[in-house]
Amino acid sequence: MNEILGAIAQAFHLLVTVDRDLIEIAALSLFVSLGATLLASLVGLPLGAWLAVNRFPARRYVIAVLNALMGLPPVVVGLVVYLLFSRAGPLGVFGLLFTPWVMILAQTIIITPIIASIAHQAIRDLWADYHDLLISLNTTRGQRIRALLWDGRRALLTASLAGFGRAIGEVGAIMIVGGNIDHATRVLTTAIALETGKGNLALALALGLVLVALAIAVNLAVHIVSQTERRGRW
Amino acid sequence: MKRSIGFVFSAVLTLMTLATTAMAEDLKLAVTTSFANSGLAEILLPAIAEDTGINVQLLVVGTGQALELGANGDVDAVLVHSKAAEEKWLAEGNGTHRREIMYNDFVVVGPSADPAGAGSAGSATGAFTAIATAKAPFVSRGDDSGTHKAELAIWKAAGITPEGDWYKSVGQGMGAALNTAAGLDAYILADRASWLNFANKAGLALLYQGDPALFNQYAYLPVNAEKHASVRADLAARLEDWLVSDRARGLIEGYEIGGQQLFHFNAQPAG
Repeated sequence: MNEILGAIAQAFHLLVTVDRDLIEIAALSLFVSLGATLLASLVGLPLGAWLAVNRFPARRYVIAVLNALMGLPPVVVGLVVYLLFSRAGPLGVFGLLFTPWVMILAQTIIITPIIASIAHQAIRDLWADYHDLLISLNTTRGQRIRALLWDGRRALLTASLAGFGRAIGEVGAIMIVGGNIDHATRVLTTAIALETGKGNLALALALGLVLVALAIAVNLAVHIVSQTERRGRW
Repeated sequence: MKRSIGFVFSAVLTLMTLATTAMAEDLKLAVTTSFANSGLAEILLPAIAEDTGINVQLLVVGTGQALELGANGDVDAVLVHSKAAEEKWLAEGNGTHRREIMYNDFVVVGPSADPAGAGSAGSATGAFTAIATAKAPFVSRGDDSGTHKAELAIWKAAGITPEGDWYKSVGQGMGAALNTAAGLDAYILADRASWLNFANKAGLALLYQGDPALFNQYAYLPVNAEKHASVRADLAARLEDWLVSDRARGLIEGYEIGGQQLFHFNAQPAG
C-alpha cells in the first residue's frame, strides 16, 4: 500500500519538476505510438470500409483472419520484425534496427488489424443504412467508400483511438526491436520494465501513472480538436 | 487540423536530425542485465563519452541474447560473463577476440531466517546441497544468461539435478528474478552488484559468499567486422583501449555501494 502512495507522490513530483529524462521518454512514446496509429489508420480505415462494401467469395475468411489478428502477440511481431531488420536479415542493409522507425513499424503491424476490424464493423452498420441511397445515386465504389468514411468518422475515430491505446501500452515488440536504449529508443513502457527489474517498484508505478495520464490527455485532445462529445450536441 | 499536421511534420524532422547527428560516433554494446543493474554503467558511460567521444548505446539483455545480437551484427561489441559460451561464439567466427576486463562474484541470497541452513555451508556446492535437501524454494534465472549458467555449473558440481516444485525457473532478467524471489521468500543465486543495488529486498538477505567457484569474470568481445560490414570495428577497438586503461581501472575499482567494492579490474595490458 505504501508503494502505491509513494508512486502517486513520485508521479506528481516527476510531473511538477518537469524531469527532463521523463519528457524525452514520454515524447518518444507519443511519437512512436501516434506515428503507428497514423500509419495503421491510413491502411486500416479504408481496408475496413472496403471490406464492408465489397462482396467476394473469401470475404468471410478475410474478416475472420483480420479479427483473429487483433490478438497478435506483440512479442511475436517484435521477433519477426527483428529478424527482418537484423543485419543478418533481408532488410538489415537499411540499418533501421534499434531506431524509432522500426518501433513504429512493429506497432503499426500490431494495431492495423484492430483499427480495420472496428472500422469494418462500424462501416458495415452504416452501409446497411446508406446502401439504397448510394446505389440509387449511381455512385462509384470509391465514392461510396469516401462517403461512408466521412459520415462514419466518429466511429472511425474510436477505431483509431483503440489502436492508439494498444500501441501506447505495448512493451513486448518495442523492447525487442527498439532495445530500450537510453536517450535513443527508451519509451515509457520499456522504462517501466527496466525500473521493475531494478526493484524500483514505486518509480515504475509512477511512470505507469504518467503513461495513463498521457493516454487520457491524447484522447481528450482528440475529442476537443474534433469537437465530438460536447455538451448540447449529439 | 492543418496546424497539427505541421506540428507532427516538424517533430518528425527534428527527430530525424537528432537521429543523424547522434549517429556519428554511436557504438552499440550488448551487456548483461547484471552489469546494467549494478549501476557501474552510469559511471563509465559519461567518462567514455568525455575521453573518447564515443556515445555507447547499451542494449541490456541476457548473455545468450547478447551473443546472438553480436552474431547477427546488430551490435558492435558485447560485454558478457560466461566463458564457455563466449569461446564457442568466438570459434564460430562471430568475434575477433576475448578481452577480460573485470570480475565480481555471485552470492547466495535467501530468506533471512535461512530455513535450509545454506548460510552455514562450507562451500557453494554445500549451500546448494542444503537448499535441495530441504526442498526450500529456489528461483532460477532460467534464461541462458551468464548467471544462469553459473548456477547450473554449481548444481552440476554438487551432483544434483534440480527439479521439483521447489525449483522455479522464471526465465527472466536478474531484477525480475530477484523480485520473484522476494515475493516467494525463496533462495536465489545473484551477482553481488545486482543484489546490492536491488531496491526491493523484502525479507531476503545475503547468506553465503566467498567460494572461488562463485567468481564471475566479465569479458569484452568485439564483433567480427569481416562478417558484418556495418560493424564499427574502429570504435570497438577504441572502446577496448579505454576499458583496459588506468582511467577505467580507477573508476571500476573505485565503484562502491554501501562501502563495498563491487568490481575488481583484471585486464592485462596489451602485449
